[in-house]
Parts: sequence; structure tokens; C-alpha cells
Amino acid sequence: MLIKRPADIEPSEITPRALFEDRRRFVLKAGLGAIAGAALWHGLPRAAQAAPVKLSPLTPSPLSTTEAQTPYKALTTYNNFYEFGTGKEDPALNAGKMQTRPWTVKVEGLAGKPRTFDIDDLLRLAPLEERIYRLRCVEAWSMVVPWVGFPLASLLKQVDPLGSAKYVEFVTHYDPQIMTRRRILDWPYTEGLRLDEAMHPLTLLAVGLYGEVLPNQNGAPLRLVVPWKYGFKSAKAIVAIRLRETPPATAWNTSAPQEYGFYSNVNPEVDHPRWSQATERRIGDLRKRPTMMFNGYADQVASLYQGMDLRKDY
Amino acid sequence: MQNPTADQLGAIKAMLFLLCLIPAAQLVLGWRADALGANPIETITHTTGAWTLRFLLITLAITPLRRYSGLHWLVRLRRMLGLFAFAYGMAHFATYLWLDQYFDWSAIARDILKRPYITVGFTALVLMVPLAATSSNFAIRRLGGRRWQALHRSVYAIAILGVVHYWWQVKADILQPLIYALVLAALLGVRAWWRELERRRQLAAPPPMQVPLKGRVIRIVPK
Repeated sequence: MLIKRPADIEPSEITPRALFEDRRRFVLKAGLGAIAGAALWHGLPRAAQAAPVKLSPLTPSPLSTTEAQTPYKALTTYNNFYEFGTGKEDPALNAGKMQTRPWTVKVEGLAGKPRTFDIDDLLRLAPLEERIYRLRCVEAWSMVVPWVGFPLASLLKQVDPLGSAKYVEFVTHYDPQIMTRRRILDWPYTEGLRLDEAMHPLTLLAVGLYGEVLPNQNGAPLRLVVPWKYGFKSAKAIVAIRLRETPPATAWNTSAPQEYGFYSNVNPEVDHPRWSQATERRIGDLRKRPTMMFNGYADQVASLYQGMDLRKDY
Repeated sequence: MQNPTADQLGAIKAMLFLLCLIPAAQLVLGWRADALGANPIETITHTTGAWTLRFLLITLAITPLRRYSGLHWLVRLRRMLGLFAFAYGMAHFATYLWLDQYFDWSAIARDILKRPYITVGFTALVLMVPLAATSSNFAIRRLGGRRWQALHRSVYAIAILGVVHYWWQVKADILQPLIYALVLAALLGVRAWWRELERRRQLAAPPPMQVPLKGRVIRIVPK
């Protein structure tokens, strides 16, 4: 007679074949994923994005620099856009989730004719220019960026700023559904300029890069570019522009007032409390280069700060 | 594995050695393939710095791991891990001197004196030198176990300085340095706890019997 010894494992505990094979597939997938990950290691992060749209016609600008332009890949994979992560490559990976249409920009506050602009109207507001500007980050690196845009002054003139308007506040998009919820900075990110800085011909509202529509990680659909100030002054993904009598609170100044002043003009003589601002590394270069006063735009903007102590008003 | 044989331990060490070289190899290959991102010098600086801290924490984890797992042979891996912390620290410093500052000695001296995060990082690196220099059986014999151990306790200060060095240079997002700080706090905290336990044990233990013998010894066992 055959006496069956009971199995150690209850039949009910045995994993169904399908599930077991699924597990194997999972292990295989994970393994392949790791290999693929290793292969792509530190490679170009790719966000799901539509093919870039060409912007035309573009007027060249006498304000452009003739220096070598930073490659598109570097411009679009090395970004500070903390809403999408604090790693330099995070915005390129995460900003694709942002919807840039429909998009409106409220221009309000101390204006005779306050108005909400549709982004497509803004694109037709003034002739689009290519402006090749130096960009100096407060972290002591720099780039040369071929922006596409129009002077902020063209937009502000449309709303008729009142005589009492002395400052301009920029409010940017914040959507906790697609952006970080950690309060690294006071969201939404805000920035500000004095009205005369905002009206300066160098001050640009950018909608494009290298002749194409601005990638999300660079601040689509509309961002500020103030080339003589540290990069963080140039707010990305703007949703409101307010004319004010008093200086607005700005994100980095609120976060660390002793490190980031309201003006934040590029100044090699005034160090960040924790690091020197005397030199910078141009992205793509091995050696550092000296930083220029007002990022090399002193001839155009130094007069704005006549009589001011730039050590005090850093 | 409760007690690996000498051969097994040798194989484990060889494997660990290769494993510890992976981050360095990735940097070298990444540099040559131009795959270190838009700012490769920054990538190298951050990566070597992060691995210095990680190896310091791994080295400090050996004693608690050993105590809780009973795998006492783990201590035989500690020297290699500590030396890798030193090697990555030196690579980090060399990156700063060479790639970042390009041997601009006056700028480097100013940085070390003026920038607290660099002062702290540099101090940690200097403190690592005597530990690396005495990481041999010869040095232990020469110094004597007690003195060697007292010297090597400075690794606690080095790890704290290393985390402070990281913390003081982030702009706004302290999440990463906070993680390192919490791991370090746990590793140092468990040691403080053991000390406290030992202190309590000694307090609770009855004093050794010390009844002085007086008078004459009377033989009670008959001959």
C-alpha cells in the first residue's frame, strides 16, 4: 500500500503558475531595466515632448553677443527650475507634464488698462527678435543663450502703467499636481524688478530658444530674461505681471535675504556669503573665466544704479 | 556566513574592492564618453564628495552591523572601506584643486580660510590623513591598540564635519544632507546608547566581595 506523506507546503500556498512566471518576468524586466539604466547612465534625459516648433520671422538684434553659443543639449538638460526638482537634470525629465496651452498672463496692478493676455496674442504683440545673451547663474556658471522674444517694455506699454507704479512683480505657475509639494521655496515662485529695470531695452520676455518654441524646462511658454542679473531673477512660466508701488517679495530673497538681494546684479566684487562671484565656468569650458560687472552689460545698465552702494544693495 | 575561511575572506575582499571602484570607473568612463552632463566638473566634484560621505557612513556601520548580526568577520572589511573613504576624499580634493580651481593657489587659500563649508571640508580631509597613514597592522603594533583606537575615534568628528560640509553648501533644498545627517546620527547614537548601557551595567553590578581576613585561620576539617 502506498502511504502518501503530506507535503510540507499546502497546495493552496503554492503560487499559481501564471503569477510565478509573472514574477520571473518582473525579475527579468528589472534586470533589463538596470542594464538599460546603466547604459543611459547620466545620458541625455528625455521628456515626452512634441517636436519643437519653429518661430519665424525673427529679427536679429544689435544687442546680441557674438560669443560661441552654448549647445542646445546643455541649455535644455542643465536647468534650475526647482518646482520640477532641484537636480540640474530634473526639469528636463519632469517639466514635460506642464501644459502650456491654454495659457494666459494677467497684467494688472497700477495700470491704466490692465488686461489678461492669451499667450498666442502675446506671440503677436511685437516682432519676435533673436537675442543672444550671456546668462550668469548665482552658482558661478554661465551660458550663452540665443533667446527668442520681445522687450518687456512692449507689453508694459500696452497696459499704460500709472505714475505711482515703481516696481513690477512676476508671479509664476505653480501646480502641486505636477510640481514638487515640498516647500523648498515659497511657491509660487515670484520675482521683481524696479520699473526702470523692467522698461530697459535689454529686458526680454522670451518665448523661444534657438529659433524654436521654448522647451518647458527653460520656462515655457513665457519667461523673463534680465541678462545683467543672476539667472534666478529671470522667472519662468509667468502667469501674472503686477505693477506696484512697493517692492514685491521675491522667492530667493525671502528664503535667504542675506544671500540673495532684491537687485542681484551680477557683480564680481560682491561675493555670495558662501562662495566667490569673481569667476565663473562657462558651460563647456574647463577653465574658469573672470566674471564681468553687470555680466558685461555695464555700458547699457550701469546708469540705472548711479549713486547706489552695490555692496549694500546687492 | 558565520566564519569564512581565509580563502573565502580573500575572495570577499577582492569582490568588495572591485565594487568600491565602480563609482570611480563610472566617472572615468563617463568623462571619456562625455556623458557626465553639461557640467562634468561639477558632476565629478559632487560624485566623489558623495561617495566619500557614503564610505564614511558604511565604515561606521560595520561595528553596529557586526554586533547585531554576530558576523564578527565584517570588521576585517573595515580597513578597506575606510581607505576607500579616504581615496574618494582625496579624489574630491584633487578635483577641486585641479579641475575646479586649476591650481590657483591664492584662490584656493582664500577659499579654505574664508568659506566656512570649505574650511570644514578641508579640516575633515586633513584629519583623515593620520587615519589612513595608520591603517596597517604594523601601525597598530607600533602605536599599541589603545592609542591606535583613541586616534581612530576621530573618524566620528570627520564624519560630522563631512555632513556639515555638505549641508552648508546647498542652496535651499536640505533633503539630501538631512538624510546623511540622520544616518550618521543613528550610527553615533547607537554607540552612545551602548556606552550608557555599559555604564548602567557597571553601576548595577554588585561590588566584588572583599571581606578582609582577620585573626587566625581555624582548621575545621579534621585531618
